[in-house]
Amino acid sequence: MTMKKLAISVAAAALLAGPALAEVDMSGKTIEWVIPFSETGGSAKWANFFAPLLSEELPGNPTVVVKFMPGAGSTKGANWFQEQEYDDGTLIFGTSGSTQFPYLLGDPRVRYEYSDWVPVMASGTGGVAYLNPTDGEKFDGSANNLQDIDFIYGSQGATRLDLVPLLAWEMLGMNVEPVFGIKGRGDGRLMFERGEATIDYQTSSSYLGASADLVEQGAAVPMMTWGALDENGDIVRDPTFPDIPTFKEVCEATDGCETSGEAWDAWKAFFVAGFPVQKIAFLPAGTPDDVRDTFTAAFDAVRNRDDFATIAAKQVGEYEVFVGDNAKRATESGTTVSPEAKAYVLDWLKNAYGVTLN
Amino acid sequence: MDLFADALPALGQAWEMILQPAVLGYLVLGVVMGLAVGVFPGLGGIAGLSLLLPFMFGMDPLMGLALMVGMVAVVPTSDTFASVLMGIPGSSASQATVLDGFPMAKKGQAARALSAAFTSSLFGGLVGAMFLTMFIVVARPLVLAFGLPEMLMISILGLSMVAVLAGRVALKGLAAAGLGMLIGTIGEADAGGSLRMATYDIPYLTDGLKLVIVGLGIFAVPEIVSLLRQDRAIAKEAKLGAGWGVGVRDWFANKWLSLRCSLIGVVVGVIPGLGGSVVDWIAYGHAVQTTKDKSNFGKGEIRGVIGPESSNNAKEGGGLVPTLLFGIPGSGSMAIFIGAIALLGSGDIEVGPSMLRDNLDITYSIVWLLALANVVGTLLCIAASGGIAKLTTIRFTYLAPFLFMLISFAAFQSGQNFEDILALFTIGLIGIFLRRFDWSRPAFLIGFVLSNPVEKFSNQAFQIASFRFRSSFQEGMDYIFSPIVIVLLIITVVSVVLGLRQAKSIMAEGDVKAGSKRAPLVFLLIIMAYVVAALINANMIPDYNLTDKIVPLVIGGITLAALLILLVQMILRPETDTIFADKESSGEDADAPYGLWPTLAWFGGLIAATWVLGFILALTGFLIAFLRVRAQASWTKTLIMTAGGLALMCVMAGALNRDFPPGLLQDVTDMPWPLN
Repeated sequence: MTMKKLAISVAAAALLAGPALAEVDMSGKTIEWVIPFSETGGSAKWANFFAPLLSEELPGNPTVVVKFMPGAGSTKGANWFQEQEYDDGTLIFGTSGSTQFPYLLGDPRVRYEYSDWVPVMASGTGGVAYLNPTDGEKFDGSANNLQDIDFIYGSQGATRLDLVPLLAWEMLGMNVEPVFGIKGRGDGRLMFERGEATIDYQTSSSYLGASADLVEQGAAVPMMTWGALDENGDIVRDPTFPDIPTFKEVCEATDGCETSGEAWDAWKAFFVAGFPVQKIAFLPAGTPDDVRDTFTAAFDAVRNRDDFATIAAKQVGEYEVFVGDNAKRATESGTTVSPEAKAYVLDWLKNAYGVTLN
Repeated sequence: MDLFADALPALGQAWEMILQPAVLGYLVLGVVMGLAVGVFPGLGGIAGLSLLLPFMFGMDPLMGLALMVGMVAVVPTSDTFASVLMGIPGSSASQATVLDGFPMAKKGQAARALSAAFTSSLFGGLVGAMFLTMFIVVARPLVLAFGLPEMLMISILGLSMVAVLAGRVALKGLAAAGLGMLIGTIGEADAGGSLRMATYDIPYLTDGLKLVIVGLGIFAVPEIVSLLRQDRAIAKEAKLGAGWGVGVRDWFANKWLSLRCSLIGVVVGVIPGLGGSVVDWIAYGHAVQTTKDKSNFGKGEIRGVIGPESSNNAKEGGGLVPTLLFGIPGSGSMAIFIGAIALLGSGDIEVGPSMLRDNLDITYSIVWLLALANVVGTLLCIAASGGIAKLTTIRFTYLAPFLFMLISFAAFQSGQNFEDILALFTIGLIGIFLRRFDWSRPAFLIGFVLSNPVEKFSNQAFQIASFRFRSSFQEGMDYIFSPIVIVLLIITVVSVVLGLRQAKSIMAEGDVKAGSKRAPLVFLLIIMAYVVAALINANMIPDYNLTDKIVPLVIGGITLAALLILLVQMILRPETDTIFADKESSGEDADAPYGLWPTLAWFGGLIAATWVLGFILALTGFLIAFLRVRAQASWTKTLIMTAGGLALMCVMAGALNRDFPPGLLQDVTDMPWPLN
């Protein structure tokens, strides 16, 4: 009897202690959050925003430092991360649309495989396209009156995020001539303000920060957002800009633009990779589940902070932060395109801009 | 304009906000940290600011701004130490300072050069702040007047400074600049992504070479190697001449030059997209053109120090305009600055067009915090300059291993690749031979710096212009020949004509005697081989990517033409002609007790050992071997100095959270920091 009691209490103690023992304690450790970009880009801003919050929520409050490993449009850092194995949970890697696009397009420099990694958090953004006031007057919710105008657009390159707006305008039958080689969307906006470019787009936070001012002064007319994804994966109005129609709506209203078929599927695939699932935080391949869960819980606590919506709005925009299984699903949809969509985009890049990726 | 009605009260509020003990305390703290980071070449504001970022979250906006502004403001001041004392351009802001500052240090006038430089920096910073206070409220439309053709013209004006700095044989200067531009085009093209002289098999090359590495390679490596071969102190006879008071008087005697260069600095700094890299060359060119007796430039002319130093701090102020008003960072550190501002307080300071309307007081606070930081930083630097200048009296053989250590570390920080150090060595070799055969190194560097802007702006301006011409001829002409473009065009032409006339008297490398025909001819042929290879390579880019090939083809063509003319001249002229200038035939280098290759082998050895053992282990071996064998130091001295060097590296890297280059050993073993 006593023996049995003892056994039971030992078993009970073991059960109680079990999870406690397995709990990951990171006190005194330094977590390196590596991003494959320089100190100056949007990903740096994103990681620097999350780093101190993450530190507060992880058990033992480890120091979280952001490290930069720029090179070859982020493929260098991603190739490096592919080589890393799980050690003690002190390494996080952050990717962005610029890491996803070369992967999706089959860039020869890519030697990384997204499905090997363990996603713990994903966040996104939206985008708004706008026109100069003269041509903006001709915009009536469809692009029908914009089809015989020549537009100029300051672009970072057709294989970057700019693929999404360029393909959208192309599908609307608009004639947009990209001037390649600018260094960031800010430079594109400046070109628009100077009147050298006549059409532009900005991600949500930059639109709110600067372009919305232009709209207020009558120096720009908003045309469309790229939209946002609902739970079923359908495109709906962007919650940040409920008054601006989505590209889907404009496309439906425009003669010759289809919201089904291979062009639409290709556009949507790259839109998802570039905007709603733009930035993802990964743990290296081979990370045990308890460590993954610890990080998931910490990111979950971060996004549930009372003040999160306010502070995030300035930094990463008012968009959903996915964690855990949702982050995993988001990562899957952001890093897979159908072979048809890929072939369509590669073909379009070659025909429209002479860009080949080999 | 009601902005003016708002401006004065906002200015008053700004001063009230700044003049709080806590704010000033943070400012001083920032300045001290900035000085500590800035004296090391190649680190500068970006490393320092990234270090501060984690603390910015939720910090009181003013305190945070004071800390950050203090740090950013003093980098162009403190980097002067490295450029004047060691001939190492600490950042792109102090490249032109090396030209005359370092020769002054060699003459034992380091303290004088430093204090003149610091006084100019201070004055430039203050002029910049004052100019901005008035200008910032009306800046927006003026900044928008600078379109692509205007920016292209400014880049070309910068390029025209090659004429002044071309050296005694103008064609050699032209070819050096062309070579610099071609090397600047290496990697993936901005416009179409074609590869120039690069392959995806060597990913390092696809990103192109970094300015830090080229600056260090072209200026620092040749000087370090040359001094090391001569085995003496930097200051001849190891004596310090004129003190810091003389430098301040020098500045006063040249106050108008300083004022003009400050204005050049702030105006060029205001234009987004150009950044600071051209400013100091334009200021240097201006200093040369407005000096009657030009014979001292390149040999230690104080005006050559005052000009660029006045402009580079003023430029920081000017750079605030695109940063704060447009949200477009003028430099890497400004980009982090923008990001950090959003972290401050509750995040309601929004950089961009609304900054002037909603946060004019904060804007003014930033402008004047910058000015105050300049004052504090300059006073600290002047106070330190006398002591630090004594470094130039130490036997150089004791300094050199630490300089190799510093420049390797600095180069590695630019990209975190082992290839960074290899690139430094390669560019260093080019620098050594450019110096030896009297090909203008400043021209090479200007070409490199402006290669990207010239290519980018000409391609983009051409595209937009052709678009305008399609709508009407008049519209196209109006676009290309705006009043600003015409004014800049006139300035450029005048400066080229004057520059060519003056170039002969400016000997950046000193009076280099001609030697035999063979060595200079071989060097010319090597350059020609590279240019031909680059031309063939560019020509292979398919025509639909014309934007990626046109600039390398045109620049390569001009360079090749210059080289061919030089080749003909070399065949025709006698070997006493200045075209055959060779430092190894007579002068300091020729008389040096040590040869070039054995000296360079030490640096090569450090790099090779790093490849195998990782940086820290390699450095330990290198320092001990160098000090024992080359410097013949006692064991005690060797060990103390080695320990000191290692400690310095570890403290610096540890504090800034930087890594060291790993080697093969680190691939197979798992070692603790700093060995990993």
